[in-house]
Amino acid sequence: MHELSVCQALVQQLEAVSASNGGGAVELVRLRIGPLSGVEAPLLQRAFPLAAAGTVADGAELVIGVADLVVHCNDCGARSDALPNRMLCGACNSFRVRMVSGDEMLLESVELATPAAAPAEML
Amino acid sequence: MCDTCGCNITDGNRHLVSPGGRLSQTDDGRAAVTVLKSLLDENDHQALHNRGHFDARGILAVNLMSSPGAGKTALLEATIDALGDPARMVVIEGDLETENDAARIRAKGVQAVQIATGSACHLDAHMVHDALHRLDLEGVDLVFIENVGNLVCPASFDLGQHLNVTLLSVTEGDDKPAKYPVMFRAADLMLLTKTDLLAVLDDFDPLKAEQALRLVGSAAPVLHAAARKGTGIDQWIAWIEGELEAQRARIGAGTTRRPAVQSDGARLHAPQTVGVSHDHSHDHSHGHSHGHSHGHSHDHSHDHAAGAKR
Ligand SMILES: Nc1nc2c(ncn2[C@@H]2O[C@H](COP(=O)(O)OP(=O)(O)OP(=O)(O)O)[C@@H](O)[C@H]2O)c(=O)[nH]1
Ligand SMILES: [Zn+2]
Ligand SMILES: [Zn+2]
Ligand SMILES: [Zn+2]
Ligand SMILES: [Zn+2]
Repeated sequence: MHELSVCQALVQQLEAVSASNGGGAVELVRLRIGPLSGVEAPLLQRAFPLAAAGTVADGAELVIGVADLVVHCNDCGARSDALPNRMLCGACNSFRVRMVSGDEMLLESVELATPAAAPAEML
Repeated sequence: MCDTCGCNITDGNRHLVSPGGRLSQTDDGRAAVTVLKSLLDENDHQALHNRGHFDARGILAVNLMSSPGAGKTALLEATIDALGDPARMVVIEGDLETENDAARIRAKGVQAVQIATGSACHLDAHMVHDALHRLDLEGVDLVFIENVGNLVCPASFDLGQHLNVTLLSVTEGDDKPAKYPVMFRAADLMLLTKTDLLAVLDDFDPLKAEQALRLVGSAAPVLHAAARKGTGIDQWIAWIEGELEAQRARIGAGTTRRPAVQSDGARLHAPQTVGVSHDHSHDHSHGHSHGHSHGHSHDHSHDHAAGAKR
C-alpha cells in the first residue's frame, strides 16, 4: 500500500502552501480522487493523520471528493459514465474512448488558520 | 510553476476553479487556497528530470511491472543474451530486500544497481534518480527498470521511463487486467510470460486476457514469451528495437514520451520539448556521489503552447 507515501507527499505540499500563504496551521484539506487514480480514499483517510502528525497539518480535517469515471467516445462523440474494467462508450459500445475524468489524484484546496483568526481563538 | 499555469485544470475539474482569486476567505475566517496540484507533483517533477537524463543521452528507458515472480528477471536475462552486447544496457532493480536479481544480471556482464526499497512496495522517481547516478551511462542505449513485484502501487509513480511493460504470467489467470485496471491501463505492452506452461494449463486463455485488456481501455499490443526456453524473445527484441528507433526519432525532433497513462494533470504536460520547458543544464559530469542539491528549483515555465506534440 502506498497511501502513506502519497500522504507524506501531500503533507510536503501542505507545508509549502502554508509557508507561502502566511504560515497558518492547515485546518482543512480537500482532495479529489478518481476510481482509476490508484489510491483508495479510505486508506488515505487512515494514513493522513500519521503523515500529518507533528507538522503544520497536524489535526487537519481531510475531505475527499470522489471523481466520476467519465469517457468521451472517439467514434460517436458521446460522453458517458464508465466502470474501471468496462471502459466502453455507453452509447455505441466502442472501446475507442478517451478518459475525461476518473484518474485524478488532486490536492484541490487548503484552508488555513489566518493570523487574524488565531488571536481570537486564544482569547 | 504548475499551480499558476493551469496545467492541472481539465474537463473533469474545471468547474471547481473559482472565478474569484486563488486566495479567499471562508465564512469562519480561514484563508482558503485553491491548489489543484497532483498529490504526486514532487515525484512527477523528479520523473521529468530523470527523463531529461535519458533523453540527453539518447537512452530509451523501459519500466517492467508485474506480480512477484512473473518472470521479469528471467526476461532481462534472455534480453541480454539476445542483444549480445552487454554494454548496450543497464538494469535498475527494485526489490524489497535482496541483491539477488542484480547479481543475476551482473553475472551476465551487465551493469546493475539494486535499490533495496525496504518496506516500500514500489519505486519512485527519486530512488531511480539516485540509482542513475550510480551507473555509468556512457554508450548505453537501453535502461531497464525492474519494478517491485506488485500489481497495485508501481503504476501510480512516474519514474521518468518512456515505456511501461506489464508482464502477466500464464500461471496467474486471464482475468488479471480486470482486477488491476490501473496497472494494465498503464501498459504500453502486455507481455504474457511462461507461455511454455500453456500446454499444461487449461484455465488460461490468451485471447481472454487480451479482451480483458481491451475492456480496461487499453490498445496496447500483446506479445507472448517463454524466457527460459527462448520462445518469443525474437518478437520482444523486435519490439524493443522498434521502440529504440522511435526514441531516436523523438530525440531528433526534440520531443519526448511518457508512458501510456498518466494522471489528468500529467497528461496535459505531455507535449514536452526537451530542454526548453525543463532545462537540464546542471552538470552531470559530477561524480556518482553528489548529494543532489543541484538546485533545479523547477522554475521551468511549462510552456505548453510551444512544446512539440509527441
Ligand atoms: N516455466 C517457466 N518458468 C519461468 C519462466 N520465466 C521465469 N520462470 C520461473 O519463474 C520464477 C520467477 O522468475 P523471475 O524471473 O525471478 O521472476 P521476477 O518477476 O523477476 O520475480 P521478482 O523479482 O521476485 O518479482 C523462477 O523460478 C523462474 O525460473 C518461463 O519462461 N517459463
Ligand atoms: Zn507502493
Ligand atoms: Zn460511442
Ligand atoms: Zn526479479
Ligand atoms: Zn541529476
